[in-house]
Amino acid sequence: MGQTVFEPWNDPDAKPLIQFKGVTKRFGDFTAIDNQTFDIYEREFFALLGPSGCGKTTMMRMLAGFEAPTEGTILLGGQDIAPIPPNKRAVNMMFQSYALFPHLSVWDNIAFGLKRDRMSKDAIAARVEEMLKLTRLTQFARRKPHQISGGQRQRVALARSLAKAPKLLLLDEPLGALDAKLRQATQFELMDIQEKTGTTFVIVTHDQEEAMTVASRVAVMDNGRIVQADTPARIYENPTTTYVADFIGDVTIVTGRATRSGEGYEVRYAEGAAPIYSAFDIDLAEGDTCHIALRPEKVAISAERPEGRRNAVQGKIIDIAYLGNLSTYHVEIAGGRMVKAQTANTRRLSRRDFTWEDTVWLSWTDTAAVLLRE
Amino acid sequence: MRRLTWFNATSLTLGFAFLYLPMLILIIYSFNESKLVTVWAGFSTKWYGELLRDEAFIDAALVTLRVAVVSSTIATVLGTMAALVLVRAGRFPGRTLFSGMIYAPLVMPEVITGLSLLLLFIGIGLDRGILTIILAHTTFSMAFVAVVVSSRLMTFDRSLEEAALDLGCSPFDAFRLVTLPIIAPAVISGWLLAFTLSLDDLVIASFTAGPSATTLPIKIWSSIRLGVSPEINALSTIMIAIVAVGVITASLVTKRASLRQQAEERAAAQQA
Ligand SMILES: Nc1ncnc2c1ncn2[C@@H]1O[C@H](COP(=O)(O)OP(=O)(O)OP(=O)(O)O)[C@@H](O)[C@H]1O
Ligand SMILES: [Mg+2]
Repeated sequence: MGQTVFEPWNDPDAKPLIQFKGVTKRFGDFTAIDNQTFDIYEREFFALLGPSGCGKTTMMRMLAGFEAPTEGTILLGGQDIAPIPPNKRAVNMMFQSYALFPHLSVWDNIAFGLKRDRMSKDAIAARVEEMLKLTRLTQFARRKPHQISGGQRQRVALARSLAKAPKLLLLDEPLGALDAKLRQATQFELMDIQEKTGTTFVIVTHDQEEAMTVASRVAVMDNGRIVQADTPARIYENPTTTYVADFIGDVTIVTGRATRSGEGYEVRYAEGAAPIYSAFDIDLAEGDTCHIALRPEKVAISAERPEGRRNAVQGKIIDIAYLGNLSTYHVEIAGGRMVKAQTANTRRLSRRDFTWEDTVWLSWTDTAAVLLRE
Repeated sequence: MRRLTWFNATSLTLGFAFLYLPMLILIIYSFNESKLVTVWAGFSTKWYGELLRDEAFIDAALVTLRVAVVSSTIATVLGTMAALVLVRAGRFPGRTLFSGMIYAPLVMPEVITGLSLLLLFIGIGLDRGILTIILAHTTFSMAFVAVVVSSRLMTFDRSLEEAALDLGCSPFDAFRLVTLPIIAPAVISGWLLAFTLSLDDLVIASFTAGPSATTLPIKIWSSIRLGVSPEINALSTIMIAIVAVGVITASLVTKRASLRQQAEERAAAQQA
């Protein structure tokens, strides 16, 4: 389409908006953020993903100015932000707990930040109305926070943080309480806002699909570290650790020993079973222990052994999970290992090909399996 | 609803009679026609009229009111500040000592508070009068304010202040626009408490009052030593009324605030 790809992290000349340099945060002797160095670029939509307690909120709070790093520095636009108090930072945050002002109406909550900027009354009113419309809260403008529902409260918090149109917006689980439809609509709104205003977003989410939809890059965190930060596609297709592979999407992980074979490696995972071949680009020594990560949708399932595929194993269907548009088959192969295979349900359920206890063939291409170092 | 049993009804009546009968008698006798306190001679409001013409009483009443308003206001400001430090300022050396000391006046015998203040005022050569009473009342009632306000601050969600800062407030504006309005009910009931305490106080005031200023309780106390007069009954009735209004308002304010807080907490719990 003639459009240049937005990948400033691959451009050595690009100037990052945010730079974490060896940032560590400790609470007492507990390390919440462990020596992190990474950059976030202007106009990015940077998603933080990770299990509860891994340090996502702490990361945000350091950017907003509510926590100071124990070690290291954070630069915003090239400037150390340590001496700048939260109210002087061009950063707005949407709190995980919403932190709505209980004594103010929805309208006044949204107007709160605008009033601090000494905008004219009309300009404030116009902006608040715009935000109310965006978050579909117009009819609740006069209510107090305790008189609206949980999802509505979440939208007020979102509207309040968006209202000032800051350079950097930190959203801590902004859409968790919304239903699927509204969530999707709001995701597109956020992307739209970003297109229009060029705001940089850092967003925390527990929803991988959300991270995949909105993010320019996804950072997967574990125990105070970013394990991998990359585009959604690369995170999904080229995870660098089993943790990332396992955290994002569904995956089967098989452990074995690698031997060089042509372009790729053969991995032996069980006595007597044919090795799995993968042409994945990685450097392994002869006999290294490695893991194979296999996405269920890349595994085909068939009654007969398919022609011309190097990777084909026989197994028995143990379980079938029906997901509406998809079905996931749990198939037991040699050595009692379970492999997941997914097929699209293009036919009605009653005409399904396979059922429990059927013996089937699983197969995948040479490039389907990802190899991961121990 | 369970019906009141005979036993419960009796206990309730006896208990309340024990508490309120003396006051009730005082109120009734304040409307007594006779000059003799113990003889009922028909209904009259004449002692209230007499009271209003007695300049010494009126003066004492004005002093009392002035002392109460000024000292409770200063005590509220200081007590709120102390509460903020106690609840907010994490660990600092001597914190436990400091928080223990702020509560000490609550349990300190009034005689000791009064005496030590007296010694202080004499020591620094401050003439006893309305100023010394105000200072003394501020001293002991700010501890009560600190207790009331700090118990509210304990449950105050700090992220509200952070949100205010995040949206561009200075720390002072965050306090003025967010924290203060939310803890206002506790501050108001602290003020009312300090006000009522100051109105009631006899012991500390008698140590710190001087010839130039006498408070109502001191005035009543000294005139009673010459014999109980129906005027005093009338005056006491008025004071009971004022204190009752104060206490009821304070409890209503607190009740409403706690109901609202409950509603907010319920709402907050739903979102979790
Ligand atoms: N003020 C604090 N004092 C001590 N420990 C803290 C403090 N704030 C956070 N922690 C700890 O730091 C770790 C990271 O907390 P953080 O709030 O960043 O988690 P999170 O990734 O946002 O989790 P969640 O997804 O549940 O919101 C947690 O183990 C938490 O207990
Ligand atoms: Mg969090």
